[in-house]
Amino acid sequence: MRSVTKAYRPISWPTLGAGGDTGSWRVHRPVVNHELCTKCQFCWVYCPEAVIDRKKITIDYRYCKGCGVCAVECPTGAIAMEKEE
Amino acid sequence: MATSIKKLPEIEQVLSGNGACGGCPATMALRMVGKALGPNAIMLLTPACSVASMGMTPKLGYNWPCINITFASAGSSASGISHALEIMQEKGRIEGELPTVFSWVGDGGTYDIGFQALSAAAERNENIIHFCYNNEAYSNTGVQRSGATPRGTFTTTTPTGKRQPKKNMAHMMLEHNIPYVATATVAYPADLYDKVVKAKSIKGMKYIEILAPCYLGWQFDMPDTVQLSRMAVRSGAWLLWEAENGKISFSNPTAHFINGKKTPDQVNEYLMRQGRFSRLLQGPDAKERIAEIQGDVDREIAFMRERAKITI
Repeated sequence: MRSVTKAYRPISWPTLGAGGDTGSWRVHRPVVNHELCTKCQFCWVYCPEAVIDRKKITIDYRYCKGCGVCAVECPTGAIAMEKEE
Repeated sequence: MATSIKKLPEIEQVLSGNGACGGCPATMALRMVGKALGPNAIMLLTPACSVASMGMTPKLGYNWPCINITFASAGSSASGISHALEIMQEKGRIEGELPTVFSWVGDGGTYDIGFQALSAAAERNENIIHFCYNNEAYSNTGVQRSGATPRGTFTTTTPTGKRQPKKNMAHMMLEHNIPYVATATVAYPADLYDKVVKAKSIKGMKYIEILAPCYLGWQFDMPDTVQLSRMAVRSGAWLLWEAENGKISFSNPTAHFINGKKTPDQVNEYLMRQGRFSRLLQGPDAKERIAEIQGDVDREIAFMRERAKITI
């Protein structure tokens, strides 16, 4: 008799870059000025893409969509939005 | 006291490079939900922006088992999965802690199309969490009006501005006598995190509604997502509260408005920042229409203040 239970394989797997290299969508690039940065982690918590490193405050430009939320929310103005070349 | 941002866990359940728009409030909120729920959870998605932002098969942008279901069935599908898990545990097929079953649904799937299944699940007190990320329109299909759209809003189906006020869905869920109801928004991530952690620890039906200002639907600049969310709370257009077993307690800064320590900002400034109200503000009867919206906001604050006094 055939077993009733059958394991179904999912059709998708969790992967970085499910929407492609989303960094290519960017019009403005966030640049961190580490001299002004106080490491308050506001940019990390508000980043919708989870591309900001929490400890070093560096940005993964491969996936950053350049929305600019980090630049607006930064309390010391340490993140500037520069036009993408 | 809310959890400090520096103490939030490291875990990321929303993976970088998903298909959401830049500055999307839904992924912003889902990141916080992921930190609170952890990897041991099952996610259900009805047709919404979050399904579109999952990415292209065979890749998935969320680090959970995700199930795509029909629009009307968020409550019933989640109930079924929750029952199945309990039975599998009884038969010894699952060991350890049961995964949290949660549905991640937009305002269309909660307020309008999914309401009857959700209401039935709440009445049966199923062990699930229902998240509604409320962007106040059907943004995924190009901004049509929904039950969550406030008065005066321009959408593609209300070109002269919506004439009716929005529903108070969180209060409606509270009246189902479920163990936990909460409202949150993306500008207060620690508050959202605490509410989800609390919801996870409670057995029974939980409902959490998150205001998500969508820059496409609301027509403001992309970087201002969090600003608009904060302005909505400070003007009283969105109230932050939670209700455990029917007892309402307000979170800051809404608590200050309720106990009268501060007065909320006038709603004008909040409206001016959004393009969806620009036709209303330019019209000849602009003053009366703004007064109507202010009236809706004031009524909601007064109503919730009095409702919170009922604790039996």
